[in-house]
Amino acid sequence: MSITPPWFSRNVFAMGAVAVLSVSVLAACTSNGSSSSSSSSSSSPSTSTSASTSASATGSPASTAPISIGASLSLTGDFSDDGQAFKKGYELWAADVNAKGGIMGRQVKLTILNDASDQNQVVTNYQTLINSDHVNLTFGPFSSKLTAPASEVAARNGYAFIEGAGGAPSVFDTPSNQADHNVFDVSLPVADELMPFVNYIASLPASQRPKNAAYPMADDPFADPPVQLAQSKLQALGVQTVYSKIFPAEPTDYKSAADAIAAAKPDAVVLGSTDVPTVQAFMKAFQQQHYVPKLFIAAAGPDQGSAFTSAVGAQNAAGMMVPNGWYPGYSNAASQQMVTEYVAQYHPAGGASGVNADVAEAYSVGQVLQQAIIATGGIDNSKIISYLHGNVTLNSVQGPVKFDALGENGAAAAFIFQWQANGTSFVQVLPQGVPASKPILNPKPAWSS
Amino acid sequence: MTQEILQAVVDGILTGGVYALMAVGLTLIFGVLDIINIAQGVLVILGAYLSYSLSTKAHIDLFVGLLITVPAMFVIGVVIHWAFIRRLRGTERTSMTLLVTYAVALIVEGVLYKIYGADPQSLNASYTTNSIKIFGFYVTYIYIYGFILAVAIVGLLYALLYRTRFGRSVRATMQDETAARLVGVDVNRVAALTFGIGVAVTAVGGMVFGATQAAFNPNSGYDLISRLLAIIILGGMGSIAGALVASVFMITLESVVTIWQPTWAVAVFYAALVLVLVIRPEGFLGRKAVRAQ
Repeated sequence: MSITPPWFSRNVFAMGAVAVLSVSVLAACTSNGSSSSSSSSSSSPSTSTSASTSASATGSPASTAPISIGASLSLTGDFSDDGQAFKKGYELWAADVNAKGGIMGRQVKLTILNDASDQNQVVTNYQTLINSDHVNLTFGPFSSKLTAPASEVAARNGYAFIEGAGGAPSVFDTPSNQADHNVFDVSLPVADELMPFVNYIASLPASQRPKNAAYPMADDPFADPPVQLAQSKLQALGVQTVYSKIFPAEPTDYKSAADAIAAAKPDAVVLGSTDVPTVQAFMKAFQQQHYVPKLFIAAAGPDQGSAFTSAVGAQNAAGMMVPNGWYPGYSNAASQQMVTEYVAQYHPAGGASGVNADVAEAYSVGQVLQQAIIATGGIDNSKIISYLHGNVTLNSVQGPVKFDALGENGAAAAFIFQWQANGTSFVQVLPQGVPASKPILNPKPAWSS
Repeated sequence: MTQEILQAVVDGILTGGVYALMAVGLTLIFGVLDIINIAQGVLVILGAYLSYSLSTKAHIDLFVGLLITVPAMFVIGVVIHWAFIRRLRGTERTSMTLLVTYAVALIVEGVLYKIYGADPQSLNASYTTNSIKIFGFYVTYIYIYGFILAVAIVGLLYALLYRTRFGRSVRATMQDETAARLVGVDVNRVAALTFGIGVAVTAVGGMVFGATQAAFNPNSGYDLISRLLAIIILGGMGSIAGALVASVFMITLESVVTIWQPTWAVAVFYAALVLVLVIRPEGFLGRKAVRAQ
């Protein structure tokens, strides 16, 4: 019997092809919608004034109205776990400030829009915040990938752009920042963040150094620079490179790449990752291939507290390392206070160890801005920019903050943290010899069965 | 290098089975209803989350849990059809379903964010990490089970379509909806049940996806849907066996290219789609092959 199904027309194929292309573009943009959501630290409705953008950027020191601060965060999309953690950090800071009477008697009001992890949407959001909502000040988004285009909007409108998750060199090299110097990253610059790990390898006797290493990297401005620098330094130390490839930032399947590394069985893996799923995928593939690297460090992912341990399993987390400038056990009074408040409010799995480093980065952004407002006596963005470039040292839950000419935090020190005690304890292990560093777990324990 | 390529081919074939599990529901729904279900990727993730809940809260084995998640997803599919799809009529129906199913995807994603949050999760059991050694490398049991499941589900769907009264109604509706109505087929019922079955199958795909791939969160479905659409077009839209063949072909190709240069893998995936469609516009098992079924 020969039947011609009416639904197999060329038109339908054309429509299907259009659908594939449309959705491919959609997925490539990592966007799942351009709609924005808004939240505020206070219950009052959004502040809407008729003030011009320039008036908002300049501010009014005598005002007692709430200080409106706008931010775009990745509440959905590929960076949603980081974006959600950042939102908690910003809101925790605002709640703390408002509970103490605000800044110079003015309450803080946050307006947070969702950029769905999309580079186009983040630009639209900051244009909305500045030109439509007329916020007084801005906080940065999550990730270097989004911070660079967002900072250009802020620069065009004369806003200071204080952020906590845009440490890639490409963020500071934008033409707008080269001209206006309005970007200020309160966290650790990423390019050198793996140097404590390199220095540790260099400190080992030649017989104990890893003989070879693999360097898989996500195609991301945050992930690549530190791994590439580490690779060049380790090669100079005689560590042979057995794998060094960049994979797309959003693949759905890492297995082939991970299996190729497992087949080479390098002593060390330095993974240029941006999130937990990437690290989890490599760990799982390695476990399936019965391969345990002696040293396994990832640029990001293991620093995300319970979000990491719940995805990979606590026992498998043991021995995993990550560079950062902060960890929940950091012996800083403000940091301890923030961790206590966070645990009480959000109850992360694993208690204090489960607090995501993103929370501290976001909280630090608020702290730095607060000190700048008080020091300049108001919310004039140009005065804040000048003040922050004034060689001042500020305090944050991540430690001291001191900006160089391009807005990088020159006072931030790079540390390497490691999950130990069967994945129940996240501790500082490098650099060696400083009081806060615990002995490093080398080699990494076997995967749990 | 030979060993690496061999491993990439085996990885590709077995992972292709996983993708086939996610794609067969999409192609079945298109074949019967002329609907391109953009929500399919998010529904896969919903299936993964249902398995996650049963595994972590009730300690039910992932495969045993399918006895619950498959019927649950069937009901969800029927409800989605009843609430959103059946009302669409007229010449713009197919294009309208793109928008409607995208809206469904956003709704499901929002609900998942509300319930589970943004933290990534994964499905774990002994067979998701235990493996056997073949050709000098390890093959994980979950991939083998997933591939067997894919072949079994394709076989079951064929049996349903070609060995049952319901299947005859489905095929009659596929060929000519008006004629099917005239001979007494309850077309609305067939459409609802078919949409339900198409969504129910994603429960299996979601479970195997969650157990084999990177950790997932509510957003993960968007990375999947473009690939699933490419697979069903390449396989021949509406062809269930075509979905399996195309999945294995595409993922194996991508897997091998990843060995050479990972950044090219995605480009080659879609370039292969374009190339095959230029040579054979109906896809691997489209049109003539489907008619012969």
